[in-house]
Amino acid sequence: MPELMQFLLSGVTVGAVYALVALGFTIIYNASDVVNFAQGEFVMLGGMVTVFAHHAGLPLPLAALIAILSTAGIGVALNKLAIEPARGAPVVSLIIITIGASIFIRGVTQLVFDKQLHRFPAFSGDEPIRVLGATILPQSLWVIAGAVAVFVGLWLFFTRTLIGRAVLATSNNRLAARLVGINTGWVMTLSFALSAGIGALAGVLVTPITLVSYDVGIALALKGFAAAMLGGMGNPKGALVGGILLGLLEALTAGYVSSQYKDAAAFVVILAVLFAMPQGLFGKKSTDRV
Amino acid sequence: MRLSEKQWTLLILAALIALSPFFFPSSYYYRVGSLIFVNGLAVTGIVILTGYAGQISLGHAGFAGIGAYACALAPAHLGLHPALALVLGAAISGVLAFLVGRPILRLKGYYLAVASLGLGILVAMALANESWITGGPDGIKVADLGLRAVLKSQGLDLSNTEFWYAFTGLALLIGAWLALNLHDSPTGRALRALHGSEIAARTVGIDVARAKLAAFVISAVYASVSGSLLALQNRFITPDVAGYMHSIEMVTMAVLGGAGSVLGAIFGAGILTMLPQVLTVFAEYEQLMLGLVMMLVMIFMRQGLLPSVLRLIRGRGE
Repeated sequence: MPELMQFLLSGVTVGAVYALVALGFTIIYNASDVVNFAQGEFVMLGGMVTVFAHHAGLPLPLAALIAILSTAGIGVALNKLAIEPARGAPVVSLIIITIGASIFIRGVTQLVFDKQLHRFPAFSGDEPIRVLGATILPQSLWVIAGAVAVFVGLWLFFTRTLIGRAVLATSNNRLAARLVGINTGWVMTLSFALSAGIGALAGVLVTPITLVSYDVGIALALKGFAAAMLGGMGNPKGALVGGILLGLLEALTAGYVSSQYKDAAAFVVILAVLFAMPQGLFGKKSTDRV
Repeated sequence: MRLSEKQWTLLILAALIALSPFFFPSSYYYRVGSLIFVNGLAVTGIVILTGYAGQISLGHAGFAGIGAYACALAPAHLGLHPALALVLGAAISGVLAFLVGRPILRLKGYYLAVASLGLGILVAMALANESWITGGPDGIKVADLGLRAVLKSQGLDLSNTEFWYAFTGLALLIGAWLALNLHDSPTGRALRALHGSEIAARTVGIDVARAKLAAFVISAVYASVSGSLLALQNRFITPDVAGYMHSIEMVTMAVLGGAGSVLGAIFGAGILTMLPQVLTVFAEYEQLMLGLVMMLVMIFMRQGLLPSVLRLIRGRGE
C-alpha cells in the first residue's frame, strides 16, 4: 500500500505540471485556434531564466518574477511577430510556425545560456514529508498548489472579470466579439502573455525537482498536449483533469509495468482517446458551418 | 511539342540527377546527393499527404524507422534478402498506417497530426528500448543489398557512393513519377478536392475518409522505403531515424520547398539536407537557423520557396 501511495503522490506532482502546460495550450487554442507547439519552451524558459537570474545574485522570488514576466513578453512577441502576420494561414502552416518557434527558442537558449542541467534550491527545503507511509517533497506541494491556484485564478478571471469574459466571447465567436466592441487583437496578445506566464510558472515550480536544461521543452509540450487532448481540447477543466490523470497513469506505468515505457503512456493515451472519444473527457461535440 | 507540367518536372529532375555529378569536386558530394534523394523520396510522400490532401502528419519518421529496421532485422532473423525486407517494411508501414488512419481520418482537423505524432514516438521508443532485438540506442548493422556486386559482375564497376547516388536517384525519379501520376488520377483529384473543402468534396460524391486514408497509407509507404534505402546505404541505423525531430524535418522540407509541387518539395529536401553540411562551421546556430527559416517561409511564402520564386520570375517576365 505505501508503494501505491508513493506512485500516486509522484503522479499527482508530475500531473500538476502537465496540467499547467495543458492550461497554457487551452488558453491559446481558445483565443486563436492555434495549437502552440512552443508551449513547452515557455516552461523551459521559466526554469532557465530563474536559474541564471538567481546565479547573478538576485533573490529567488525576484528571479522567478523576472523569469515569468520575460517569458510572458516572449509569448507576446511570438504572437505579434509570427502568429498574427500569418493570420488566415492553413492549420498546417500554423503548426509549422509554432514548431519553428520552439526550435528557434531552443537554439537561442543554448546560445545565450548553455547546454548544462541546472537547478536552484527548493522553496521550503528538501526534507521529505511522510504521508501514509509514503513521502512527498515540500516542493511537490508547491507544484500542486501552483496548479490549483492557477486553475482557480483562471476560473475567476474568465467568469468574474470583464476582460476574462471578453476572452471567452472571442473564443466563442471572433466576429461577434468584434461586433460588440471587443478588441480581439488585444485578446490574442493577452492570451499569449497569460499562457506563456503560466508555462514559466510551471518551470519555476518544477525545476528544483526535475532540473532544467535547454531541451526539456519538447517532451513537456507533447505531454501537455496529450493531457489537453485527453481532457478535451479547449476546456480548462479538461486540461486540469487530463494533466493529473496523465501524471498518475505515467507514475503507475513506471511503477507496475516498465519504467522504460513510462513516457509511452502519454502517447498510448492519445491514440486511445482519438479512437474511442475524439472529443476528450470534457469536450463538446462541434459541428461546422459551411 | 508542348510538355505537360508532369513531363517538365520529371525532365528537370532527371537532368539534375544526371548532370550534377559533372560538377562534383569530390566523392563526398555523391554522398550528400544520395542523402538528398532519400529525403526527397520521403518528402514526395508528404506532398501526397500534405500537398494534395491537406493533412499533416507529425510521425512519418516512425514509418521510416519501420522501413529501416525491417532491412536491419529481417535479413538477420528471417533470412530474407534485403530487397524483400524493404518490401516487407513497406507492407508493415502501410498496414499500420491503415489501422491507425481508419478511425482517425473520419475526423477533421489536426487529429491526424496528433495521432501520427503519438504513433511515431511509440515506434521510436520501441526501437530504442527493445535492445534485445534492435540493438537499442547504439544502433544496429544492416546487411548489404548486393546489387553493386551484381553490377560489377556485369562489367559496371561503380564506387559505393556512386552506386548509391545512382540507385537512390533512380528511386526518387520513380517515386516522383508515381506521385505525379497520382496527381491527375481520380484519387488525386479527390484528394485535391477535399483539400479545398471536405464538405464540398462530399457533396460531389467523394468518400472523403477513404481518400484521406489512401493518401496516408501511400505516404507511409514512401517514408518506409526512404528509411529502408537510408539503412541499406549507411549499412547501419540508429533509432534516431524514427525520432520526432526527423518527422518534423520531413514536413519542414516539404512545406519549405512547396508542399503543393513534387519538384518544390524535393527542392526543400535539398536545401535542408545541405544546410547542416554548409553550416558545420556554425553548428551552434543550426537550430536557431532552422527555426527561423521555418517561421519566415511560412509567414512570407506560404506556398513554399520554389513556387513563390517561380511566381516572382513569371511576374517579372510578363
